[in-house]
Amino acid sequence: MAIKNMVQAINEALTQEMERDERILVFGEDVGTNGGVFRVTDGMSDKLGIDRVFDTPLAESGIMGMAMGLALGGYRPVPEIQFSGFTMEAIDGLLGQLARHRYRMGGTEGVPVTVRSTFGGGVGTPELHSDNLEGLFSQSPGIRIVIPSGPYDAKGLLTASIRNNDPVYFLEHLKLYRSIKEEVPEESYEIPLDKAHVVQEGTDITIVTYGAMVHESKKAIESLEKDGISIELIDLRTVAPFDIDTILASVKKTGRVVVVQEAQRLTGVGNQIMAEIAEGAMYELEASIGRVAAPDSHFPFGQAESVWLPNAKTIEEQVRNTMAE
Amino acid sequence: MTTKEFKLFNDMMKKSADAVPFVQILDENAKLVNKGLKSSLTDDELVALMKNLVWGRTVNERLILAGRQGRIGNLPPSEGQEASQLATLFAMKKTDFLFPTYRDVIPLISHGMPMKNAVLWYRGHVAANILPEGVHGLPAQVIIGSQYVQAAGLGMAYKRDGKDQVAMTYIGDGGSSQGDFYEGINFAGVFESQTVFIVQNNQYGISVPRDMQSKAPTLAQKAAAAGIPGIQVDGMDPLALYEVTKLAREYTMAGNGPVLIETLTYRFGPHTLSDDPTRYRTQEELDEWLEKDFMIRMRKHLGEKGIWNEEMEQEVINQTTEEMNEALDAADNEPKQKVSQLLRNVFEVPTPRIAKEIKMYELKEEN
Repeated sequence: MAIKNMVQAINEALTQEMERDERILVFGEDVGTNGGVFRVTDGMSDKLGIDRVFDTPLAESGIMGMAMGLALGGYRPVPEIQFSGFTMEAIDGLLGQLARHRYRMGGTEGVPVTVRSTFGGGVGTPELHSDNLEGLFSQSPGIRIVIPSGPYDAKGLLTASIRNNDPVYFLEHLKLYRSIKEEVPEESYEIPLDKAHVVQEGTDITIVTYGAMVHESKKAIESLEKDGISIELIDLRTVAPFDIDTILASVKKTGRVVVVQEAQRLTGVGNQIMAEIAEGAMYELEASIGRVAAPDSHFPFGQAESVWLPNAKTIEEQVRNTMAE
Repeated sequence: MTTKEFKLFNDMMKKSADAVPFVQILDENAKLVNKGLKSSLTDDELVALMKNLVWGRTVNERLILAGRQGRIGNLPPSEGQEASQLATLFAMKKTDFLFPTYRDVIPLISHGMPMKNAVLWYRGHVAANILPEGVHGLPAQVIIGSQYVQAAGLGMAYKRDGKDQVAMTYIGDGGSSQGDFYEGINFAGVFESQTVFIVQNNQYGISVPRDMQSKAPTLAQKAAAAGIPGIQVDGMDPLALYEVTKLAREYTMAGNGPVLIETLTYRFGPHTLSDDPTRYRTQEELDEWLEKDFMIRMRKHLGEKGIWNEEMEQEVINQTTEEMNEALDAADNEPKQKVSQLLRNVFEVPTPRIAKEIKMYELKEEN
């Protein structure tokens, strides 16, 4: 099994799916000849044809609307929005139209569109490139938000997303694109949507997180385990709708939980997870629900990112506080 | 800058607003003027078109009545615009896909949606949106602009698949101010989509007059920015509306990309039944437009040809009234929609959370 980074894994998933189903189209800004701003679609237009992997005008709402129209015409579009903040330009297309379509049509037809976009801090991007909008969008019914934490998950989750008949907003963390390398099978495979991944089992405390914070949590765990704290780590994989059953089962076992997100306290999906835990496992809790999140400002300018973003140290601190309660 | 230089620059600026073609075939006095095009409609087709128009006017009148009686919810009537809607649609095929706005429920019925569904739509019942097999269209769009970008995408799908189908969509003059309006025509142009875009310029975006929407002398000229053809047509002239749309369909099917048509029409009634148009427009203006009503010139034109008379019109009115009454009764008998069913429609397979909510609402609905 070859070692791959997330860019390679996503490219492989897209290519294999497009080879399997000729109704899949990949389009967006610069995704064709240039292979995407992060080279995720590199070489795909040569292999699959520039008529299937193609550039669009620079207009996000147009991209989203075109995806919807193509889906109505029987295609399975996988449009790319270069950076999450630019999705704001296409909110009607994403949440007002794609997410609503099946409901609006009385359940008779869905729109199988997987919108790929990038997000996430730690790479010093300009404004509106790294914004964590998953919490905002997670408040819309009818759409899944999927966030892989590494190459293996990225390939399997993207494949499952493309094959799903409902719209998916697939968010790729910029910092994870090339920093995490894993063994990724050559053959196509699916990782089920809506199911969280118990990354490691433990008995003392549960960490619930997703995306890049999975790796920061792992770093924190290394240090915490030296002090004999046994930690169960849950990676949500699908952050909306999230897998509350796995979370509750774990919290009931450990009695303590820390919810970790890179997003601001106001947004992200942490609030909703904490509310669900409070509703579903209040009497099994031995301490208040801990939370790690960024502060409630807009995403920071590049030079301030390292302080603004939660990291292994903040996670470790919160876990120790929760353990001490 | 010298006066001479300024004059030169001023002249250049004036030239930048290119005039667009204006088409009229049947003028306000029911005279054939053939400004740009001639009618190709046979007498039988003319009668069929007239029946459609009378049907549309009657549906409007009956819906307004039903609205006032409280038998339907809020209604955006389209009285005055029926030609703009139904004569353009008359030029399309049943397999062409219609993206209507909230004011275009009547053309959607004409395109195949059962009248009962229309009543249910005005009442806010999901069954309205489940269109029978073979009806090519979406339910009426309430937010303005989305349908334009979607029509660009579907027109592109038709082009890719080599289908003899066109995506056709309406917007109003207010809607043409939306960003999606431009993105739709621009994308369709770039990808040579098989799409016909229609701007129904009924002179008001709710209460805001046309000249407050844009400094552009015509809305058709907005097409130039996307590099696609734009054409303006008398929206009270069914013959011109039909001819222009028919040719636009042929033009896009021939691989030339999309066409934008602006229809110059007027909404006789309010924006919705809860709106009071006397707050923003004068009786004098309304009277002027009432004189331009396509019904007057069509009655005269077809009457002179000896192919239309009052009895024929009354027969269509009677039939339509009956059709409306049946639809209202049928809608009364439609089973009440259930929240538990609506919840099932959010995803193809309900998520565990929604599954729990379904159970909760099923219990609630039993009580």
